[in-house]
This record gives sequence, C-alpha cells and structure tokens, in this order.
Amino acid sequence: MEKLVKIESTCVPVNISNIDTDQIIPARFLKATSREGFGDNLFRDWRYNNDHSPKTDFPLNNPKYKGAILVAGKNFGCGSSREHAAWAIVGAGFKVVVSSFFADIFKNNALNNGLLPVQVSDDFLTKLFIKIENDVNTSVVVDLENQSIQTKDGSLKDSFEINSYKKTCLLNGYDDIDYLLNIKNEIQVFEQSFN
Amino acid sequence: MKTLFEKIWDAHVVKKIENGPEVLYIDRHFIHEVTSPQAFNGLRERKIPVFRPAQVVATADHNVPTINQHLPIQDELSRLQVNKLNDNCKEFGIDLYGLNHPKQGIVHIIGPELGYTLPGSTIVCGDSHTATHGAFGTIAFGIGTSEVEMVLATQCLLQYRPKKMRIIVNGLLEKGVTSKDIILYLISKLTAGGGTGYFIEYSGSAIQRLSMEERMTICNMSIEMGARGGIIAPDEKTFEYVKGREFAPKGADYDKLLAHWKTLFSDKGATFDKEYVFDASDISPMITYGTNPGMGMKINGLIPAGNGSSTDADKADLKKSLDYMGFSPNESLIGKKIDYVFIGSCTNGRIEDLRMAAKIIKGHKKAENVTVWIVPGSKLVEEQAIAEGLKDIFEAAGIPFRQPGCSACLAMNDDKIPAGKYCVSTSNRNFEGRQGPGSRTLLAGPLVAAAAAITGKIVDPTEFLN
Ligand code: SF4
Repeated sequence: MEKLVKIESTCVPVNISNIDTDQIIPARFLKATSREGFGDNLFRDWRYNNDHSPKTDFPLNNPKYKGAILVAGKNFGCGSSREHAAWAIVGAGFKVVVSSFFADIFKNNALNNGLLPVQVSDDFLTKLFIKIENDVNTSVVVDLENQSIQTKDGSLKDSFEINSYKKTCLLNGYDDIDYLLNIKNEIQVFEQSFN
Repeated sequence: MKTLFEKIWDAHVVKKIENGPEVLYIDRHFIHEVTSPQAFNGLRERKIPVFRPAQVVATADHNVPTINQHLPIQDELSRLQVNKLNDNCKEFGIDLYGLNHPKQGIVHIIGPELGYTLPGSTIVCGDSHTATHGAFGTIAFGIGTSEVEMVLATQCLLQYRPKKMRIIVNGLLEKGVTSKDIILYLISKLTAGGGTGYFIEYSGSAIQRLSMEERMTICNMSIEMGARGGIIAPDEKTFEYVKGREFAPKGADYDKLLAHWKTLFSDKGATFDKEYVFDASDISPMITYGTNPGMGMKINGLIPAGNGSSTDADKADLKKSLDYMGFSPNESLIGKKIDYVFIGSCTNGRIEDLRMAAKIIKGHKKAENVTVWIVPGSKLVEEQAIAEGLKDIFEAAGIPFRQPGCSACLAMNDDKIPAGKYCVSTSNRNFEGRQGPGSRTLLAGPLVAAAAAITGKIVDPTEFLN
C-alpha cells in the first residue's frame, strides 16, 4: 500500500446524501476477478446515459472539477460490503473522500486500500460545498499527521478522527494483513486454548 | 455483567493492540464468487496457503442464472467468475457448493440449513447480509475483500468493538404482519444510518415468539440501518433448529456445546449504549416508497411530505428519491399498478416465506400485467417446496418456480427489472438501479408481494388471509 501523509488538491463535489455502494459501482460491474479497471465505472449510472454517452451535468464529467479529493453528502458508502466501491474511487484517482458520515464497512474498505475517509462536521461540509461551487479552484489541504482538513486560504478548517493504529498504517503504508501474518504463532496458541 | 455480544466477542479476542483494534478469531468464513477472487489473487501473490481451509465454505450464488442451471452460464463474465471460484476452491482445498451441487444456494441460507451456523460463534463473509446468522446468537458481519484475504490467510481480523444497541419489541403482532414488516418498521423508525457504529441485539416477547426463519429475516436487514450486525439470544428454538443438521456437532459434542450455548444471553444489568422499545401492535404490513430502506411506511399510509425532516439535505434526499420512484408526497400507494414481483433473496427466500406466498396465491391466477419471479433460496428449499406442493400452486397460478440464487436481489444475472418499471420485492435494498438500471423497487414482505402478484397492484394482504 502507498503511504499517505498530506494531500493538497482541488475537489470534486458530489452533493448527494446517502450515496450507497450500488451508486458508487453498480452490481453488474462486479464480475471482474482483479482489482483493476473499476474507476471507469465509478458512479456509472449517474455519469452515463443508457447509450453510454456521458451526462454532462454530473460533476465527474465536468472538466472544471478536478483533483484527488472527492467531497460527498452525508452517510457515504452505505449498503453492500463490496470493496469494489473503494477500488472504483481509488481507480478514478481519488486519495481522500470527505463526508459528514461514513458507513462502517465502507470506511474499513477504504482504509484497506489507502483511501482516506475524512469525516467532517455537517456545517463544515455544507460550507465546503458552497465554497467549491463559488470557486472550483478551491484548494483543500488534508494533513493526516495532524488530523486536520482546511481550505488553503484558511477560511474553513476542521479536524477529523482516525484511530492511531490505522493512522500509523497509512502513514507508513502498512496493511492489516502484514500485521496478522506476523502473529500467526499467537493465533495458533489461541486456537489450542480455545478448543 | 456482560451483554450477549460481549460474551461471544470476548471469547474470540486473540489479543488487543495497544491503542488499536483487537485481533478477533473467526470460527466460520463463508465465501462466494463475487468478493473472493481478488482475495485469492492476494494469497497467490504472497505465496501463502489458506490457513484453516476446513473453516471456510464456498457457494456460487450472486451471479448464477435461475433457469436452466444445468447449461453453461451464457454471460461470459459471470461464467468466468463462477469458474474462478471452482478453481480457487480446488487449489486451496475449500468445500464448495457450486452451481449444480445438490445443496447449493444463497450463502446466508445454506449456512444455517447445513448446520454450519452455530450459536456463540463468529462468522464473516464478504457480503453485508452476513448479519443473517446473528439469529442464532452469533456474531456475524460482512467484510470487504481485503478482509476476506486476511481471514483466508490467518483466520483473524483486526476489529474495533462496535457500540451496543438493544431493540426490544414487546407484545403481539397483528394478523398479516410478518417479521419483514417488523424490520422494515424498525428501519423506518431508526433511519438507514441509525445503527451505524452499533451491533444490535433484538429482544422482547415479540422477537422471542418468532421462528428461526423469521429471526433470520430480522437480523438480515440490520445492515440496512447501518449496523455491523444483529443478534438474538439463542433459546430452545435455536437449539432445536441446529440439532441434527448435517454439519452441526453430534452426540456428546452437541451436549457439551449446548451447555455453553445456554449461557449466551445478556446478563441482567448489562448496559447498552442505546436502547429502544417498540410495541408489536403498532406494526402493520409495510412497504417502501423511496430509494433507501429507511423510507418505509404502513401499506395503508401516505408518503411523507418531509415537513418533519430536520435538514435541507434530508428534504432534497426525499425529493430526489420520490422523483426517481415517480411518486409524490402525501400519495397513497394502495391500488398502484406494478410491473414485477420478486419473491426470494436471503431475506425472504426460505421455505416459510414460500409457504406464506403460496397461502395467498393458492387458487388465484397471476395478474396479467405483472411478471412474477419466485426464486427459492437454496436447492434444499426448492426440493421442499416441490415436496409440499408449493411449486404446483405457483405454476397453477401461471408463475414459474425458478432455481436458487440471489437473482433480482442485485440483478447481476439476467433477472433484471427494466428501467422505469415497478417491482414489489421481498429483497432488502431499494437503492436506485439495484434491480437493474432505472428499476424502481418497493420492498415488502412475502404476503404483500404475493398479493401484488395476483392483483397486479399494491394491496393490503390481510384481505386475502381469511
Ligand atoms: S440475496 Fe441479495 S442480499 Fe442476499 S446474499 Fe444475495 S445479493 Fe446479497
């Protein structure tokens, strides 16, 4: 996994609440057997018409919105456990998702793929949407070390929670699985005591 | 003093990382074709085996056709994915209930059916409806594919302890009210995000009275409130259900476990972070009108106007949903024509669900304006439905009885609802496009769905129960 320390970028706003994993990546695209290639189908049914032509009013198709930070309405990622949702977001070039509330499984899946979910207050989120709407070049700085998010001009600022274990993992690019493989002996001892 | 959840969780903690998560041991791991291939790739890249293959059980369900299962799968990508599961299970030594296996079925249906699901255990699967198994007094929850890989590699997961919620439902249910109505009611009260961060214990006299199958329907949809899972304390019904199942412990092993299972309940005085109490008599047959499972109402009710919603975002959300569904605020859905009915899924694809549907359908014909799909949850359910004559009842009504799989629940196979069409569905999600691009889903229980099948519209099923 890549390290993630500090990101400075403009944002792509998708101002919709309760975005579920079926919108992030519809089930019919889950037939692949590798992790690659999901980015093209991120938000597929919101992004494309039935004849596959892009819907120009959807932010991801609007060339004025660019950047590695996806800003979404509250309760992002509810629904299924499909990690394909995280792969699609990463595949489309995002490193951070900002929302005022995340579904649990999505949050885990994101973190396991080096995608940082930044949970901000409702107030911050509302203001951020307005600011981006007024100025598409609004630059946002996400600082994992200090657990802070702010607009570059300093006008909006918030902090976010992340547990210290996950933070260390992201800062160093470690996976959970590396950790677990290292304690296999302890797991075996546990199994014996358990039976 | 501990809650039921804490008793099981604590017994499965291998160790706690300082200022970090706990290492949780997993007893049973279910896998299926959609969320496992990338995990097996990971093992191959790391050149490691599956740590405890005997604790892993695989089935092909999400992607399989529900007619002509004996023929090769037509859709190439689906076929490749199902074949990949076969290959991976062979390579890594995992028992597989693949397509055409006489006991194949939806993962959350075959687990309990075959006796893999046991009280007091920890169960995971790369599928959010793993919560279903909580009906047995089990900590069961959905995981992502990276986590599938972790469990395959180490039989463990790094987990933070969720918060504890208890939902108590007391009293008697009215006639015609099913356990699906209970859970749709609870989600409508608590909202689609109301359980996020929690593990929910369901209790109370109305819950205790439910059969095991009905309890599974409740736990199944815990995730629809955002909860990690749901759990119900095991009791005599649970023990009876498990006893004698193919892979359940037998003889002295069973007796020993039984003694342990009987200790699995929340101690008096154990505390919860949140508690809700509801009265069963307040629950009616339910239906959803919007695009998340929290947007549900009594079938005889009116679609809300959103005046009580707290924020502009909530109001915008309601408007977006109603626009998608083609409904208006304050509208009644009674009498509304529909196009499709889907009876099946891990929520309502068990034998009791099919019996309920048959009770209403018996002696009637399917309405001309609807296409009806009745899909058993497993081969064993299919077999039993045939033996009990349910298949004949459906076919006499002009409804073909299909073969087991997830089917229109997520529409990965050919069972898709066309754009703009209305489907009354016994599945668990009414998200935009869940049943096919542009499809409009109304979630309900098997009685409402069966009544819709014979009338072609939304009706209160209690009319048909006399
Ligand atoms: S029936 Fe639906 S919810 Fe259940 S496992 Fe299959 S896809 Fe998931």
